[in-house]
Amino acid sequence: MDRLARRRSVDYTMKAISSAFAVISLIALAWILFTLLQRGLPALSSDIFTKAISDGGLLNAIVGSLLMVALALVIGAPIGIMAGTYLAEAGRGSRFAAAVRFINDILLSAPSILIGLFVYQMVVVPTGGFSGWSGVVALAIIIMPVVVRTTEDMLSLVPIGLREAAFALGAPMWKVIVSVTWRAARTGIVTGILLSLARAAGETAPLLFTAFGNPNLTFDLGQAFPSLPAAINQLAQVPDPAQVSIAWAGALLITAGVLALNIITRVVLAPKK
Amino acid sequence: MDRGAVASEVARGAPSPGARHVPGAGLDPIFKAALYGCSGLILILLASIVVLLFYGGWPALSHFGPSFYWSTVWNPVTENFGAGVMIYGTLFTGILALIIAMPMSFGIAFFLTEIAPVSLRRPIGMAIQLLAAVPSIIFGMWGVVVVVPLMAAYVEPPLIALFSHIPVLTYLFKGPASGLGMLTAGIILAFMVIPFITAMFVEIIEAVPTMLKESAYGVGCTTYEVFRNVSVPYGRTALVGATMLGFGRALGETMAVTYVIGNANRISASLFASGSTIASTIANEFPDAPAGSLRNQSLLELGFVLFVISFIVLAISRLLVRTGVK
Repeated sequence: MDRLARRRSVDYTMKAISSAFAVISLIALAWILFTLLQRGLPALSSDIFTKAISDGGLLNAIVGSLLMVALALVIGAPIGIMAGTYLAEAGRGSRFAAAVRFINDILLSAPSILIGLFVYQMVVVPTGGFSGWSGVVALAIIIMPVVVRTTEDMLSLVPIGLREAAFALGAPMWKVIVSVTWRAARTGIVTGILLSLARAAGETAPLLFTAFGNPNLTFDLGQAFPSLPAAINQLAQVPDPAQVSIAWAGALLITAGVLALNIITRVVLAPKK
Repeated sequence: MDRGAVASEVARGAPSPGARHVPGAGLDPIFKAALYGCSGLILILLASIVVLLFYGGWPALSHFGPSFYWSTVWNPVTENFGAGVMIYGTLFTGILALIIAMPMSFGIAFFLTEIAPVSLRRPIGMAIQLLAAVPSIIFGMWGVVVVVPLMAAYVEPPLIALFSHIPVLTYLFKGPASGLGMLTAGIILAFMVIPFITAMFVEIIEAVPTMLKESAYGVGCTTYEVFRNVSVPYGRTALVGATMLGFGRALGETMAVTYVIGNANRISASLFASGSTIASTIANEFPDAPAGSLRNQSLLELGFVLFVISFIVLAISRLLVRTGVK
């Protein structure tokens, strides 16, 4: 084989291998979804949505998850938006901002089980037991860095001219940020919030020793609190096949929700490049 | 000052030149303080995580001494605890995941930037990104019902038959083919971190100046040669950083690993041996360890170790990515 033919065949082989790798990842995703549908759909009866775990459903877990994630969002998102705004606007170029940005990146990738341990030490031990509130705090800490990151990224896409124009009209800084910059970056910030919500909704590890789980329907955040991921985790490990198939129904629900949120944010709200 | 400098001064909150009185400016200090405070909270948060984990684990460390870090005993009955097995398992599965994920991510990045038809790049890239959105626990459950039986039936027996008679490799490829264990955990972790590494690889490769690539094509390079000899060297630092980020993520994954690693408390060089990681041990044992017990403190110390390892890996990763991509 001459040199050119050899180089061509190397090129061809590498292209084939690379395409195969991409296909393998897509197959993995499809396979996961297929397994979820195959095992989760048969168990998806109306009981799932109307009965608590103690009666063979998942109602309390679904309600618990929604409530905890919503509260976590109420705490985490505003702080995240403010911190992200600081990084993109007031703190641009400062050393303090560089430090915050760096630490936020670390928090973004930090193992979520450590957030669970931290909240256990900070909330569960002093208050004397597992509680919905501790779960909310843990999820808020998961949400915050995601919102900080996307807020900063989206705000830095807002053209400087918009801000100049607003300042030229005599607007104070807070007004420029609130009614011009945030407004311009609104879709991007919402995207970040939805993505953080999707991430928090699927987290199990930080809830293991904070909210813990509860087989009954409850709205009392002061005691052990149910959530979908924790319920799946408990039911999946029981030897009873009926319980395991309820776990799969829950797994299907949560994955469908999380993926739907991701697709919506990426397709509908994605910034046009 | 040029226009850009004025603009950035203004963007930072200085009154625009020529403005004498800005109505409503009185609220600015409050607003700025709020922005500042929320950012400070991020720093305080990380500092409190370090302090609380250290404080929580300190009694265990002072009880067992520094040998806690390499002792391989973990016995709740005799109250003797060491982190050796878990640190080994964490690094072993993390490195395995990296060995699988890095070439695959390179391939996928090559595919997404150079090979795939332009109209397919976004949908395929997005589908691969969706893998990252699948919750960890789902990977674990899928691993148990799909990957573990596959490994036990079709992957591990032939590998054992093939390699167990070769001198050095026999240590890597020995043991019962149960499907659970280090290799399965590594594979699942690899699929969990591939989307992160790939996304960063694609971003880095796309930042390579077109002119560089065009000149390489101009002297007759093939697509792969351009990728291998121009794009990859150009983004080398950032690519290493992105790989480290994947490693950092793999180290702390909890639920997926807990389901498939077998949760055995021993060290074995075999890829098929059951083991445990720091995260899986914490997830499994924390609920059984009452607050204030030596076991509880040992688990918190494990958490502190995991934090230190991931902090170092993630910090290096961020620094490399940042210096690598301008």
